[in-house]
Amino acid sequence: MHVVSPIRETLVLSGKTYHDVTEDICKQVEGKPTKEWKIVFGISVLVLLYGTAWVCWTWWEGLGVWGLNKTVGWAWDITNFVWWVGIGHAGTLISAVLLLFRQKWRTSINRAAEAMTIFAVICAASFIVMHMGRPWLAYFALPLPNTFGSLWVNFNSPLVWDVFAISTYFSVSCLFWYIGLIPDLATIRDRATGIRKKVYGALALGWTGGARGWARYEDVSLILAGLSTPLVLSVHTIVSFDFATSVIPGWHTTIFPPYFVAGAIFSGFAMVQNLMLITRVVYKLEDYVTLEHISLMNKIITLTGSVVGIAYITEFFIAAYSGVEYEKYAFINRATGPLWWSYAAMMFCNVVSPQLFWFEKIRRNIVVSFFMAVVVNIGMWFERFVIIVTSLHRDYLPSSWTYFTPRLGDISDYIFSFGFFFTAFLLFAKFLPVINMAEVKSVLKSSSEKYPGKEKKTA
Amino acid sequence: MADNKYLVGVFDDEDEVLHAVGEVRHSGIKIHEVYSPFAIHGLDRALGYSRPRMGIAAFLFGITGTCCALLLTFWTMGIDWPINVGGKNFFPFPTNVPIMFELTVLLASFGMAFTFFIMEGMGPTAKPIIFDERSSDDKFVMAIDLSKNKLSEGEITTILKKSGASEVNVKEA
Repeated sequence: MHVVSPIRETLVLSGKTYHDVTEDICKQVEGKPTKEWKIVFGISVLVLLYGTAWVCWTWWEGLGVWGLNKTVGWAWDITNFVWWVGIGHAGTLISAVLLLFRQKWRTSINRAAEAMTIFAVICAASFIVMHMGRPWLAYFALPLPNTFGSLWVNFNSPLVWDVFAISTYFSVSCLFWYIGLIPDLATIRDRATGIRKKVYGALALGWTGGARGWARYEDVSLILAGLSTPLVLSVHTIVSFDFATSVIPGWHTTIFPPYFVAGAIFSGFAMVQNLMLITRVVYKLEDYVTLEHISLMNKIITLTGSVVGIAYITEFFIAAYSGVEYEKYAFINRATGPLWWSYAAMMFCNVVSPQLFWFEKIRRNIVVSFFMAVVVNIGMWFERFVIIVTSLHRDYLPSSWTYFTPRLGDISDYIFSFGFFFTAFLLFAKFLPVINMAEVKSVLKSSSEKYPGKEKKTA
Repeated sequence: MADNKYLVGVFDDEDEVLHAVGEVRHSGIKIHEVYSPFAIHGLDRALGYSRPRMGIAAFLFGITGTCCALLLTFWTMGIDWPINVGGKNFFPFPTNVPIMFELTVLLASFGMAFTFFIMEGMGPTAKPIIFDERSSDDKFVMAIDLSKNKLSEGEITTILKKSGASEVNVKEA
């Protein structure tokens, strides 16, 4: 079918047949949860409960439980929001952009990455609702006619654009993910009996896999990918507008949209790397998520890390070149002021450490890759912290200069998002196929020189 | 539902079924549908189907989204409650582009997806005919409606076997 260069590594190892793929992936959904799953799930739920208690307390007590002060009005909340949205971007990047670029290796990781996108966006949105302080008034952000006369939201505000961008992104990501799931849900339905057959049958929406259906399905997927690609770029662009359209030195920069998008891909791929490295071991999927996949993701991490690095340097240059005193000071303060350590952490984690991946041995080392993905995500969290807090803590009036110290409320609400993220991901990994079976089957032949099932038959 | 009798040819490989479709159609047999666990490129053309045109649905819904967004922002900001911000334009076009873009994508995606579901007759309560449950696993299944073909059951079975079917079953649905 597809012609693939012989120098390319095979995408699926161990000469799997179509039936092997079905068995390997469905096993997790059909079997009882393993002991490892139960332990990890138990811990995640405990973390979620602790976090939920704190979120409730935050809502009850107000934002005083955070370390915010008069000068620093945005800190961990918006840092976490941007960080989670950024992580979410990798799912769409892997499934939509790599689909358009015909990168067949995406088939093993796109399902899990898309699920990660959805959960990450929910985590991000939770911080937006939390930081409102009075979350029961969240509907004020929607253009609704209201009892105070028809006073509308201000469509010139990037915060309103954000509401539209995040909610559209969330809905379209769910749709894309679900459409991708339909053929696999049908596979599970056809293997199941009893109540499971009914549930998965309803979820599969009566998919039969007929040729006409597949042709339309492929058309829908391609167009959805085409729509999702500018969408994902627009989302982080609009998130960066929250800062870029303000007149705060350090925020008011035109480089923000591309720089934020590169950072989003960077941190998102790192999170996918973390999740897949764990999943492949726990679910024994080493033949599907191979060292080649890990190496390819590390290459993207190095590329986007370097793009982000260039953006950091450009920002400094432009600040110096602008001749604006306040702009210059904002950047000097960022690197050498009281929060210099966060700047140093960001530079080291994001720009210096991924350069190790220029060596193939390191790129293909699982332990180093896992560790590095954690480092990258720490670095990207610090990037947002640096942008937000160091631009705010020394404003135009030196008498209000201050420092930011997080309180237990900041930390616990952040922990809440991890609890939710892992609980949701584990539920997904138990009840839905973590690898797109239909798509993996379609690359089985192009990936190996000869499909082994055929040989067996002729032999 | 009319009780039709179908002949179900089961193939083990997508290249074989793609080849067989040509042979079977060449011998004048009408194929009901071919079912496969994954998309086979070129199968729809081999079966003589026209190109899918989901893009038209996406475009129409997308345009609707753009217009709705333009109407919403223009009416609220420019007509219903104009706000004077430092004497600036009540309805600056560029600041409304993000909303227009997002609503275009939202309506295009969902409109196209639901058009697809309706065209395929899909839904949580749909009761599809599954000719062979292995067609979502590792088999490629060709269903032939006997009532719509002149050739006898035996003749079609022979042709299916000759073109590479590993088994031929009968299914009434």
